[in-house]
Amino acid sequence: MTTPAYAREQAQTPAPPARQAGETPDLDVSVRVGLYETMVLSRAYEEAILREYHADKGPGFDIGKGLVPGEMHLSAGQEPVAAGVCAHLTSDDAVTATHRPHHFAVAHGVDLGKMTAEIFGRETGLGRGRGGHMHLFDPATHFSCSGIIAEGYPPALGQAFAFQRRGTDRIAVAVTGEGAANQGAFHESLNLAARWSLPVVFVVEDNDWAISVPRSASTAITSNAARASAYGIPGERVENDVEAVYDAANRAVARARAGQGPSLLEVHTVRLWGHFEGDAQGYRTDLAEAAARDPIPAYEQSLRADGALDDAGVARIKEAAGSRVEQAIELAKQSPTPDPASATSYVFA
Amino acid sequence: MTITESRTERRLTTSRAMVEAIEQEMEHDPSVFYMGEDVGAYGGIFGSTTGLLERFGPQRIIDTPISETAFIGLGIGAAVEGMRPIVELMFADFMGVCLDQIYNHMAKIHFESGGSVQVPMVLTMAAGGGYSDGAQHSQCLWGTFAHLPGMKVVVPSTPADAKGLMTAAIRDDNPVVYVFHKGVMGLAWMAKNAHALGEVPEGEYVVPIGKARVAREGSDVTLATLSLSVHHALDVAEKVSEQGIEVEVIDLRSLVPLDRDTLLESVGKTGRLVVVDEDYLSYGVSGEIVATVAETDPGMLRVPAQRVAVPDVPIPYAHALEYAVLPRQQRIEQAIHTAVRA
Ligand SMILES: Cc1ncc(C[n+]2csc(CCOP(=O)(O)OP(=O)(O)O)c2C)c(N)n1
Ligand SMILES: [Mg+2]
Repeated sequence: MTTPAYAREQAQTPAPPARQAGETPDLDVSVRVGLYETMVLSRAYEEAILREYHADKGPGFDIGKGLVPGEMHLSAGQEPVAAGVCAHLTSDDAVTATHRPHHFAVAHGVDLGKMTAEIFGRETGLGRGRGGHMHLFDPATHFSCSGIIAEGYPPALGQAFAFQRRGTDRIAVAVTGEGAANQGAFHESLNLAARWSLPVVFVVEDNDWAISVPRSASTAITSNAARASAYGIPGERVENDVEAVYDAANRAVARARAGQGPSLLEVHTVRLWGHFEGDAQGYRTDLAEAAARDPIPAYEQSLRADGALDDAGVARIKEAAGSRVEQAIELAKQSPTPDPASATSYVFA
Repeated sequence: MTITESRTERRLTTSRAMVEAIEQEMEHDPSVFYMGEDVGAYGGIFGSTTGLLERFGPQRIIDTPISETAFIGLGIGAAVEGMRPIVELMFADFMGVCLDQIYNHMAKIHFESGGSVQVPMVLTMAAGGGYSDGAQHSQCLWGTFAHLPGMKVVVPSTPADAKGLMTAAIRDDNPVVYVFHKGVMGLAWMAKNAHALGEVPEGEYVVPIGKARVAREGSDVTLATLSLSVHHALDVAEKVSEQGIEVEVIDLRSLVPLDRDTLLESVGKTGRLVVVDEDYLSYGVSGEIVATVAETDPGMLRVPAQRVAVPDVPIPYAHALEYAVLPRQQRIEQAIHTAVRA
């Protein structure tokens, strides 16, 4: 297995040890701490964006106002999915994320400064301020996302196709929510990838909700892992435990790298915050219990109990995450806004 | 304009007026139902169904899976069998995932059946930008629907028209695409817009589809526009009026059918034409308006027509870029001055 992008950026984090495909031994402490670090960094990022987003929306709440205007879909609670999957990837592997893309971008090692500058609509951003938070494109890590439900699946097939044709063992990871699994593009992609044995890992983040519609109201079956069997590929469903995700993703990634074709991994995760910022969540019947399902304190607890982390270790990780995030926010804020005279640029190459 | 009950001083937001029309039609016609994503407990992301679930229950106000092809197609089939579905596509931008049902089925069945099969459905959708929602959530695209034959396309700009056109759309025996700009709805969480609140007749109220509205009379220049741009146009018209320029603002209200007579009558009077459209510039509504005049009598125009639209670029995210490409007040005013000075 290869060094995750986040670990290459952080010299103090040793590379996880090599593991055999399909093997699920007890995880090395450095891997466990690495997973925790990624989740903490991702949460610190979302908390900072949350703060900046709401800082200047008033009086009242005007979605078009402020340094970070527009819709904002944050990923708090879903960190185990991104951390557990991306730990098996390098920046040579592709990830296509959704309208809720930040945790996957962070875990896949997208440059935080450029990503934040994009979210702030700056010329130094990944898309020079043209794209925004739902349209992050990073060629350096083969990362992209889309605001159209399930439409990130098909392009992942093409990236996988290119990797395969070039004789590499690179793979593509395609992400959607459970709501998106009812789109035609989802099913077409599973079938095509299966038939052509493309090196893809399909990830479904089941956070129980698609905006206000609960999974039970929209979906005929209880697990998307079962849908995988309709296309003759392995399907697994795991709970929001980062190590369970890590293990399952290890099997799926190994299978793809070995040329054995795609797999589907569904994670039953939790959306701790609103669908988008400003969502009052009046429809949310599970809100009271949701906070208790926060995966980060739970994982921190287990690392402490196992002696993998102590107070000083936790503090060091949180401080490091906080300072990386604040640096990115500062850089974004100090970056120039795009020149309106260039508004029609970049339509064509 | 058919007004079946006298006007009152009651003022509603555009979204409330739209909901009222749906509510009144649902009350007396059990074949009407409303279906789409987040139209139930949420009340529609843009307030298109607020309160309707409580009033009519989940059998008639129906949350769907995120399967636009399936549920728009379902609407078509139900309409073919005599129901009157109102189906919501959350954003016009999402037409990409379900366009086949819309333009190859909803819009063609009546024709292909030689008129023997009707599709009396309404397809509602939110459109437009101005709040940094990026290139996939800010498009108008009404010109694309209007280009494809077989569906009527209405685009209300006022609360009264939102109600009257919705009633007309539900009662129409044809598929009607009902496009509401998010900026005209009067939503609490968007920039305040005084034009989004207005007088709305209380009882059943129908605005016939295919009739434009002279939103403001003027003698110097005709400004033909639609939806949120009507609001900007009226604001600019007031401003340039102080400088002695009288703008006649035509609110098209309906793109299919298009009220060419009202347009031509106005241009015949002013001899000058400015078209303002928040959709893309080329191959669209603004070109159709200019062509209508040119085909009828190019001599009507004393000066070249001006078009203010989105200059064939996806809608940028960054505020300064987005406002550079949208047809906002400054660009409209500039076009009026160019037309009048020419
Ligand atoms: C084709 C399409 N339909 C509808 C939407 C509007 N929409 C945005 S997010 C969302 C819910 C998505 O739910 P899910 O796939 O479960 O992802 P989650 O938001 O829970 O992460 C919807 C309906 C869209 N962006 N694209
Ligand atoms: Mg979901």
